[in-house]
Amino acid sequence: MAANPMTQFEVYRIGPEIKIGTFDISFTNASLFMVITSLAILIIFNLGSNKKSILPNKIQLMAELSYTFVSKMINDTAGSKAKPYFSFIFSLFMFVLFCNMFGMIPYTFTVTSHIIVTFMLAAFIFIGVTIIGFMKHGFGYLKLFVPSGVPIVLLPLIIVIEIISYLSRPISLSVRLFANMMAGHTMMKVFGGFVISLGIVGGWLPLSFSVALTGLEILVAFLQAYVFAILTCIYLNDALNLHH
Amino acid sequence: MIKKIFFQSIFFNFFLIKEVFAAESGGMPQLNPEFWISQIFWLILTFGILYLVLSKLILPKISKNLELRKSQIQENIEAAEKQRESSESKIKEYDEIILKSKLEAKNIFKEAREKVLKDINQKKEVLDKQINEEIKKAEQEIAKLKKESPDKINKIAIETSSVLVKKLIGADVNNSSITAIVDDLSKKNGNKYYGN
Repeated sequence: MAANPMTQFEVYRIGPEIKIGTFDISFTNASLFMVITSLAILIIFNLGSNKKSILPNKIQLMAELSYTFVSKMINDTAGSKAKPYFSFIFSLFMFVLFCNMFGMIPYTFTVTSHIIVTFMLAAFIFIGVTIIGFMKHGFGYLKLFVPSGVPIVLLPLIIVIEIISYLSRPISLSVRLFANMMAGHTMMKVFGGFVISLGIVGGWLPLSFSVALTGLEILVAFLQAYVFAILTCIYLNDALNLHH
Repeated sequence: MIKKIFFQSIFFNFFLIKEVFAAESGGMPQLNPEFWISQIFWLILTFGILYLVLSKLILPKISKNLELRKSQIQENIEAAEKQRESSESKIKEYDEIILKSKLEAKNIFKEAREKVLKDINQKKEVLDKQINEEIKKAEQEIAKLKKESPDKINKIAIETSSVLVKKLIGADVNNSSITAIVDDLSKKNGNKYYGN
């Protein structure tokens, strides 16, 4: 049964079934890893911020480096106006990164490999950014769909394209992360399965592939978290600094 | 071969999506809506708590730490700058003091020199005066002597000539006549003997 590469994504209930009304909100393995991820982030960053030493120790240095990394990323892409949203983007980046990284440990569950999770995050970002845009610019935010310097003849077509691209943002954002994580983990599982089925004689090739893929997947895990965060910054930039 | 099997397995998985709702085995578990509500609920709960704790407790502390370090470094730099400035001003002060004392020393030297020169001049003047006086005195004496000497010589000449005459002739000659002759002679040759 382990040969099916998709079983690793299965969600199952841990403990009793909890229901609110007709909704099933039972504690599952996905919930467990969300809790672990959040706790790990909180513990690491709490340890990294407790001491007020001028010369930081290793964990403090790591916390401060990630702080400056995210802060620089936001400042570069969305400008200084995005400062109030720093903690949200920081939490988002760390949550996605830690979920991806925890997924790289064998026998764990990858929270971000589920479309519903990534879609919820992306939808929240999309709705939040849209609300911020309308609050900052009123109906002027609709100018986002009208790029400047476009011939009037092409304008109806461009507006339609812009609206479609704007509306597809949450889908592209969520599917990018979800598909990357799922494909990577599936591939690793498939190659792992080949190692078993080809045995001691021919299993070395897929094993070396598997090792290489693990490195690649760790890179992808970081990269996807970064892309997720930076796209959020770019969307935020559109809402904050309207320059179409 | 490996690729083919891999893509086939992926392909079949996507192919089976249609049957996901009917048959749970096979297919993508991600599209099984059984635990969607649960996942959404736990995501909101965990991410919400994570966001709240990070934004309210942890991130302010980190930012404060960073700020503190920055300000401390800035303070240290400022303190160093201040010390540098103070040392520079002190160097200036010292330079000034040295310049001042040099000037003072010069002045003192000058004054002393002037004083010494004055003293020397005074003494010189006094000495000059004394010398002049003495010279005058000597001159006067010389003049006196000069004045007196012809008379004395005349006298001697008269005496000698009277003695000589007496011895020669053996008779007293009137002194007054000899005196007249000597006076006459001395007046005739006076210029020759004394220069005046």
